[in-house]
Amino acid sequence: MTRDEIRTGLADILEEVAGVDKSDVADEKSFTEELDVDSLSMVEVVVAAEEKFGVKIPDDEVPNLKTVGDAVTYIEKNAA
Amino acid sequence: MTSHSTPEVVVTGLGATTPLGGDVASTWEGMVAGRSGIRTLDADWAAELPVRIAGLMADDPTNHIDRVKARRMDRSEQAALVAARQAWLDAGLDSDDPDRERVAVSVGTGIGGARTLVDQHDRLLARGPRLVSPHTVPMLMPNGPAAYVGLEFRVLGGVHSAASACATSSEAIALGLDIIRSGRADVVLAGGTEAVAFPLPIAGFAAMRAMSTRNDEPTRASRPFDKGRDGFVLGEGAGVVVLERADRAAARGATVYAKLAGAALTSDGYDIVQPDPEGTQQARAMRLAIADAGLSPSDIAHVNAHATSTPIGDMGEIAAIRKAVGEQPVVTSTKSMTGHLLGAAGAIESIATILAVRDGVVPPTINLDDPDDELTLDVAANVARRMEVPAALNNSFGFGGHNCALCFQRV
Repeated sequence: MTRDEIRTGLADILEEVAGVDKSDVADEKSFTEELDVDSLSMVEVVVAAEEKFGVKIPDDEVPNLKTVGDAVTYIEKNAA
Repeated sequence: MTSHSTPEVVVTGLGATTPLGGDVASTWEGMVAGRSGIRTLDADWAAELPVRIAGLMADDPTNHIDRVKARRMDRSEQAALVAARQAWLDAGLDSDDPDRERVAVSVGTGIGGARTLVDQHDRLLARGPRLVSPHTVPMLMPNGPAAYVGLEFRVLGGVHSAASACATSSEAIALGLDIIRSGRADVVLAGGTEAVAFPLPIAGFAAMRAMSTRNDEPTRASRPFDKGRDGFVLGEGAGVVVLERADRAAARGATVYAKLAGAALTSDGYDIVQPDPEGTQQARAMRLAIADAGLSPSDIAHVNAHATSTPIGDMGEIAAIRKAVGEQPVVTSTKSMTGHLLGAAGAIESIATILAVRDGVVPPTINLDDPDDELTLDVAANVARRMEVPAALNNSFGFGGHNCALCFQRV
């Protein structure tokens, strides 16, 4: 899966779960500060991403995923 | 406040979403016209249930709430928010912009987020704990509807959620009266919500043999005081009223619907679900509410009865009304049209009582074709009754033996 495909998949999840405009989703954007994803919604995003990309994202990894780019990189490295 | 006397409390805003309509105007128009909001449940999940009729909200609350916000809310919370927004706007509080430390919320629910509980349990079993929604707890907690209403208007004067089954939202309104009288707030958003038209609650109430099984005639199923009544019909929705200190409402030139002149709460001490057949504490609640209003029983022109269309409850209440209020009130049960909204019933029926007082019209009890032999009071059977209503009672009784009577007075 390419980084573009992962980013597009994340944008779909962010729109569905948190009402984020897909066109706002870019690597440098922070989930909490720039995309306004609150803590409970972040849990939903993580679980949905695990399902969609077939990847495990442990709870202690989530604080390291500050930006969309962090998440894309993590998924790229860890996807089955 | 310049005076130490107990402040008077008036109603300055109304909001509702019911089986008859998505707002107060359409609900009231439906009631006065004698329309039934009861329909056949044609969803697959209803096929095996002994009861396949209910009064679903005529206007889905998700039509009025942002999609992302709505998916984090139980249906009962959505309905409460829709009704509260209407009441807030109707009272003119948007432009008035009251000091939020002087605003409180008192919005209850009889059952609350049971739909969320069941849905997430299904998800837990099917897909494991990690897939359970992180929004589960705020969706199922019974204070959730009140909390969402409080958040919507950034209320800072306290958020409360009564729970007394089918007396819930009348108790919530009574609590709102106490809050203003005791000086803890000047404005209270008060009412209740319920949205449990799904298999488990229907099966549970049906197992108690409490529900009508007149599945082939949905609009004729809810028939309080009629010989053919065979149980209540479930309804869903929410109602919220704005209670306000009368001098505050006058100072800002608010439109006043009616005065909430008195309230009373008693308990049967008899059985977990059966009302005391003597109706002693139902009658006492009515007498106390009238006395709290500074009125006499003979002043009460109209009673919006709790009457749910069950064989025992309806006639017990008639006897209690006779005992407490006398023979003069014109009685009605608007549940004949809306079905029984459980924790929202008291609020919807308070709104009906308030509008009866204001407009001088008692909405009908429909389907009253063959009155029970013990029906010894004047019921507004099948057609609305135009009459002066200087003062009226709204009765609400709940499983657990909760009795609440509210007294509304014309201004």
